[in-house]
Amino acid sequence: MKVGIPKEIYPNECRVAATPDSVQKIVKLGFEVVVEAGAGDASSFADADYTEAGATIAPDARAVFSAADLVLKVRQPIARADGAHEADLLKEGATLISFIWPAQNKELVERLAKRKLTVLAMDAVPRITRAQKLDALSAMANIAGYRAVVEAAHHFGRFFSGQVTAAGRVKPAQVLVLGAGVAGLAAIAAAKGLGAVVKAFDTRPVVREQVESLGAQFIEFKFDEAGEGAGGYAKQMSDAYLAAEQALIAKHAAASDIIISTALIPGRPAPVLITPGAVTAMAQGSVIVDMAAEQGGNCPLTERDKVVEKSGVTLVGLTDLPSRMARQSSELYATTVLNLLKEMYTAEKGLVIDLKDEVQRGAVILKDGELLWPAPAPAAPPKPAPGPAPKAAAGNHGAAAAPAKKSGSANIVAALAAILLGAAAIFGPPEFIQHLTVFLLACVVGWHVIWNVTPALHTPLMSVTNAISGIIVIGGMLALYSSGPGALILGGIAVLIAAINVAGGFLVTQRMLKMFRK
Amino acid sequence: MIATIRALAYLIASILFILSLRGLSNQETAQRGNRMGVIGMLIAVVITALALLAPVDFASMPTPDWSLVGVLGGALAVGCLIGAVVAARVAMTSMPELVAMLHSFVGAAAVIVGVATYLQPADAYEAGRSAHLVEIYVGVLVGAVTFSGSIIAFGKLRGMIGSRPLLLPGRHIINLIVLTACVTLAYVFVHAEVPWPDAGAGLFDAGMPALLIMTGLALLLGIHMVMAIGGGDMPVVVSLLNSYSGWAAAAAGFMLSNDLLIVTGALVGSSGAILSYIMCKAMNRSIWNVMLGGFGAEAGAKPAPGAAPAGKVTETNVNEVADWLLAARHVVIVPGYGMAVAQAQHAVKDISSLLIEKGVTCRYAIHPVAGRLPGHMNVLLAEANVSYDIVKEMDEINPEMPETEVVMVIGANDIVNPSAETDTSSPIYGMPVLQVWKAGKVVMLKRGMSAGYAGVDNPLVYNDNTAMLFGDARSSVQKLLAALRERSA
Repeated sequence: MKVGIPKEIYPNECRVAATPDSVQKIVKLGFEVVVEAGAGDASSFADADYTEAGATIAPDARAVFSAADLVLKVRQPIARADGAHEADLLKEGATLISFIWPAQNKELVERLAKRKLTVLAMDAVPRITRAQKLDALSAMANIAGYRAVVEAAHHFGRFFSGQVTAAGRVKPAQVLVLGAGVAGLAAIAAAKGLGAVVKAFDTRPVVREQVESLGAQFIEFKFDEAGEGAGGYAKQMSDAYLAAEQALIAKHAAASDIIISTALIPGRPAPVLITPGAVTAMAQGSVIVDMAAEQGGNCPLTERDKVVEKSGVTLVGLTDLPSRMARQSSELYATTVLNLLKEMYTAEKGLVIDLKDEVQRGAVILKDGELLWPAPAPAAPPKPAPGPAPKAAAGNHGAAAAPAKKSGSANIVAALAAILLGAAAIFGPPEFIQHLTVFLLACVVGWHVIWNVTPALHTPLMSVTNAISGIIVIGGMLALYSSGPGALILGGIAVLIAAINVAGGFLVTQRMLKMFRK
Repeated sequence: MIATIRALAYLIASILFILSLRGLSNQETAQRGNRMGVIGMLIAVVITALALLAPVDFASMPTPDWSLVGVLGGALAVGCLIGAVVAARVAMTSMPELVAMLHSFVGAAAVIVGVATYLQPADAYEAGRSAHLVEIYVGVLVGAVTFSGSIIAFGKLRGMIGSRPLLLPGRHIINLIVLTACVTLAYVFVHAEVPWPDAGAGLFDAGMPALLIMTGLALLLGIHMVMAIGGGDMPVVVSLLNSYSGWAAAAAGFMLSNDLLIVTGALVGSSGAILSYIMCKAMNRSIWNVMLGGFGAEAGAKPAPGAAPAGKVTETNVNEVADWLLAARHVVIVPGYGMAVAQAQHAVKDISSLLIEKGVTCRYAIHPVAGRLPGHMNVLLAEANVSYDIVKEMDEINPEMPETEVVMVIGANDIVNPSAETDTSSPIYGMPVLQVWKAGKVVMLKRGMSAGYAGVDNPLVYNDNTAMLFGDARSSVQKLLAALRERSA
């Protein structure tokens, strides 16, 4: 089976769907790989590297498409400069794996269906735990979030971190991140890494923990509508809700130097979070990176694919952020594609799509030209189910009850001991009482001394107590010297084995302790 | 006068023993502590020997009975020699067996001393004779249980006896019957007038048969008790036997009216008791739960049909792992019994040193019950020259797991099992574990997909961020070391 890697032709697209590294692994799985000449140039992968990884180089895209049974791409197929459409160049019945965005590209899907193609969309991989390694969207969002901060830094005329220098004091930059999805979190981490003071806003209260784990401050928004929708995405809210949200953001925007906005609702225009009024209220020289520019932007002043300045604020509306870090993006994208291949491929059966598998079912758009999209809705996001909570409470309760029970049984033991001691005192000979006193005092001393022993030394403790319990050698000696019958033999044996204990215990302890070093 | 000297010497020896245990509270003073123990022991033995040779005072020292001196000296010399050879030869990985074996010696000595004391002319102990007989009886009982129990523990640790618990039907009843028989025999024993049955006395008018029968029963009891305990509970059993051996020595002290033996026995006994308690707490089990046994079997009997989290296992190779390790800033290594079995500690140490040299923060996380002995892993790492500064306890390292990029689990299973925290039906539910799954990446070095000692399936292996490196721990670690050297050269 031949796998084809064409060069991406979408304007400014620098990524490639396979790297020399992933090609090597695809070859290892048992595929042949054809790479279009120059496919990796924009991501800094040379043709020679692909050849070395086991691929053959085809001179142009037509050669790749006509040879390949399986085509791996980044962007969805589009019309080429020579008039032909990529979808039509694909062999009939071939398989395509790339971003498709079927909701936005209905015509394209029809065109692909006519060619009896099997199409898997990387953007349709369900966002469930098991599919994380196939999640190209998250991988790209991560890069985009990082790059957004880098772009902001580029347009921002000051340091991110606060400094006290001989030439004066520098205040740290105030960064506000809107939307704490993958991109938002990546942006928080990057901004934090550069030393900025970061605040983040999200309508979903559940992400607070993630935001705070990255060292940012979470801006809480209280309104009576929970914001989490199906599949882990945010969902659309009412007008009153939006107005309240905008007001809150405007308040924080005025105090911010940089805003990175990442709020998206699937299949709909991006919500307007930053009103023109809020932009005017920002200080001169501030920067807004609107990562939702492709869906209309979180700020109405943003212009798609452009960097503009409005009332002293730079608005960055770039939509190709991952592509601006093409090498990194290609590496991660290629890995997710490879992982999808591995999901479907077995050495015996070759490439087979298992429609019973939730992940594959989600990703399949077309199977031999038959439309299978959209897949049945994925399971609801894991709610903080009512199950564990009472259980945890029960656990706490149990923990609280246990000590009480323990102290109860301790009381019983103490009472029993007291009765026994009383009995011994009344009926036992005086000598016995004296020994008992010594014994109990020694137990108390031992108890206190041993609790101080560090756990690392528990084994040496055991061997040293072993050695000193060899003190029973004295019992053996006394027995040896007693005049009883068989004393010589019994005493001799007792002394012998106790001596083994003494010598063995001390020496092995010494050996162990010597090894502990700082 | 010699009696005064002896009493004083015993006092000094007792204090030295206490200081010896105190010295073990940290690594710096531990060696000094051990030396104090040695001095205490020397004082005790020498003074006792002198007191025996010259019962009244040195001036009136009688001509010693050379055959006795010969036997004493010979037994001491041979015993010390054997002990020294064993101590010098034993591998650090077989420490658990050695400790178990040494426990059995104390138990055996207690039995012998008890019997020998009983055989002494009775008039020496006329006053409070019953109390004295009870002391002998209890001493022999505890000694015998310690002896046979330790032998079985030794066999289990050695692998000579299967580690699965042996569960006889009605085992609690059996134990109860044996104990009742022991108490009944005690009555017979205390009321017997002569040690041996002869013309005038029937079998149960004499003490010795009762004592010997009880010894036999106690030996069986010890065997039965330890046989019923699963291999995963060995740290508790060994600590418990450690405690018993102390009580046996203390009992011997009672019967011989020897305060030094009482003090020492009590010290050792409480030490073992505390260790047992700590181990039980580390496994979230009560001491009764462990002693009544049967833990591993229940888990094994339930093959977890629906519970098996059938997921995908990600396999990895040494090259990938080497890349991850070198790219990480924080690495935690979790050693388990598998590392001990494979003797991989030296190669593991080389890996951690290499990582530290490369600027990676590399530390070890030790679970309290990792291995088969309390503190077992610490000893192995110490043997491999790992600085104890980077060896952390569970409570120290758990909060740092989320910041850790790579955790390498070497031959451990149950102590990193997340179901101990989440799955109430799991037999190990509630046991504190190392939360390795909170780290960015977990690499598990394992021989195969078999369950751990507790026989519980580990959902950790199906996690997305878990990668399995199959193979013998030592060869995997060595290959990994080679891969790391290649990359960092």
